[in-house]
Amino acid sequence: MTIQEWFDKRKEAQIERRAREARMEAETVPGLWVKCVHCDAQLTKKELEENMMVCPLCEYHFRINAKTRIAQLFDKDSFQELNKNILPTDPLEFVDTVSYKDRLEQAHNKTNLDEAVITGIGTIEGHKVAAAVMDFDFMGGSMGSVVGEKVTRIIEEGIKQKLPVIAITSSGGARMQESALSLMQMAKTSCALARLDEAGLLYINVLTEPTFGGITASFGTLGDIIIAEQGARIGFAGRRVIEQTIRQKLPSDFQTAEYLLKFGQVDMVFKRSELRDNLAKILEMHGV
Amino acid sequence: MSVLEFEKPLVEIENKIQELKKISAESGMDLDKEIETFEQQANDYKKELYSNLKPSQKLQIARHQERPNFLDYTKLICDDFVEMHGDRTGMDDRAIIGGLANIGGQKVMLIGTQKGKSTKENLEYNFGMPQPQGYRKALRLFYHANKFNMPIVTLIDTPGAYPGISAEETGQGIAIAVNLREMAKLNVPIIAIITGEGCSGGALGLGVANKVLMLEHSYYTVISPEGCASILWRDASKFADAAEALKITADDLIKLNIVDGMIKEPVGGAHTNYEEMGENMKKAILDTLSELAGMSKEELRNQRYDNFRRMGAFIEG
Repeated sequence: MTIQEWFDKRKEAQIERRAREARMEAETVPGLWVKCVHCDAQLTKKELEENMMVCPLCEYHFRINAKTRIAQLFDKDSFQELNKNILPTDPLEFVDTVSYKDRLEQAHNKTNLDEAVITGIGTIEGHKVAAAVMDFDFMGGSMGSVVGEKVTRIIEEGIKQKLPVIAITSSGGARMQESALSLMQMAKTSCALARLDEAGLLYINVLTEPTFGGITASFGTLGDIIIAEQGARIGFAGRRVIEQTIRQKLPSDFQTAEYLLKFGQVDMVFKRSELRDNLAKILEMHGV
Repeated sequence: MSVLEFEKPLVEIENKIQELKKISAESGMDLDKEIETFEQQANDYKKELYSNLKPSQKLQIARHQERPNFLDYTKLICDDFVEMHGDRTGMDDRAIIGGLANIGGQKVMLIGTQKGKSTKENLEYNFGMPQPQGYRKALRLFYHANKFNMPIVTLIDTPGAYPGISAEETGQGIAIAVNLREMAKLNVPIIAIITGEGCSGGALGLGVANKVLMLEHSYYTVISPEGCASILWRDASKFADAAEALKITADDLIKLNIVDGMIKEPVGGAHTNYEEMGENMKKAILDTLSELAGMSKEELRNQRYDNFRRMGAFIEG
């Protein structure tokens, strides 16, 4: 590692930590000042919240959790959660430096969620859709058996009720602690999408910060329409893995939503504030 | 042939036997009985050794430089193989090779990842790491097989899809995802065989099959044990622990109902006897094809769907 690389790595880690701290402060301590991790602006929690957790000065999009996302996108009180009762287990009795069981418990205590995805049915400006919304705060939004099963079931529900399906992703990829069982969730969700496709139903992806690995290589990118949120980092392999493999520095905007748009990999990039209206418009244009 | 660390005691015994034979020949002493006993013991030890390998040892056999690769198998199991090149959008990714194959009279579409045995070959085949264009070539061949009602056989041996700049720019994730979805729709029998490394989405991109088989010493996993160790243990040298925890062997995956069966390798691994490996592979393919032969298009699609639909472990509270 060169000194420059060491500095870059340290800076990346710092930005990541500050983003996390800022967000935790913003969520837990009312009235506290929040520093924008991108432009260092001093913001109040209220100001940030009123602006959909986007910095009003530099437009940095803070990562948001599934509940906040649902509140921002769906008509008030329209979202009915489904399959909340599907819970994780530890099929491989996986232990690394911490046991998987403990990691699940920690994630639950931290987020008050049972898993990394919330699925259900709701309306967006009156258009009824089935949706899966991922939550990065629960074990990095990783996909194990439960995420795969809930996503599959919401796709099946879409087929049953003839509804369009929207998947809003935020995930590091497949969950290592369930190994091949996690890998097979990629196949399972994609097989369900084959049936949705054949049923002629609309499927939309909304890729948000960050979406990587097994999600990008399965249900995350099979949308008839792929939308990316401004600034989101999206890719198959992680930046560090690519740098180690090719032994080159990558451009700073590599794997951002805007970068992927330039290379024809996503249909459109929207600011958070534009997302709901545009989703409604797209649904409308498909006669939903 | 290069010797792996855990094989060294075996090599020592075999060297001793050679020595005895030499002494016997030079001195005219009758040592046949002794030699026979030693050979019997060596044989037993060998069988014992290779049937009780740890996951990290299987990993070494699966990655063995001289392990038969896709093109070797085309020679070992096909009466005829006509390669089809290119994805028709600007590239022929050499890390995935496919074409029309005649295997014991059965006409199939044979597609697989290709690894090299020398540096020169590895550069050509990119160490068996496909780019999006490779998965799109495979997809084109899947559609061809579907149109002409040919069964599909895929041979998978990859450390993963290539992590590179252009791979990201041209949609590595999307290319794999599309294959997963489109394989689910095909009307023909599909058999996927993990022949060496079955690493992550890069392997699964050819793996949505009616029957999934693994070679005895191959492995199949969501992430390489080294990658897993460096993330979860924060130390890549803990890969043996990760290999253990990830449950990557054929036995493990058959127990987990993810893989349908195992193909025996010659004692010592596939690289020690290409002919025997080829015969085992050919027999497994023909047997599995005949198992699937009676199924209608609809039944094939449903069986494949149900196969993956049931995978996963969770509690429904």
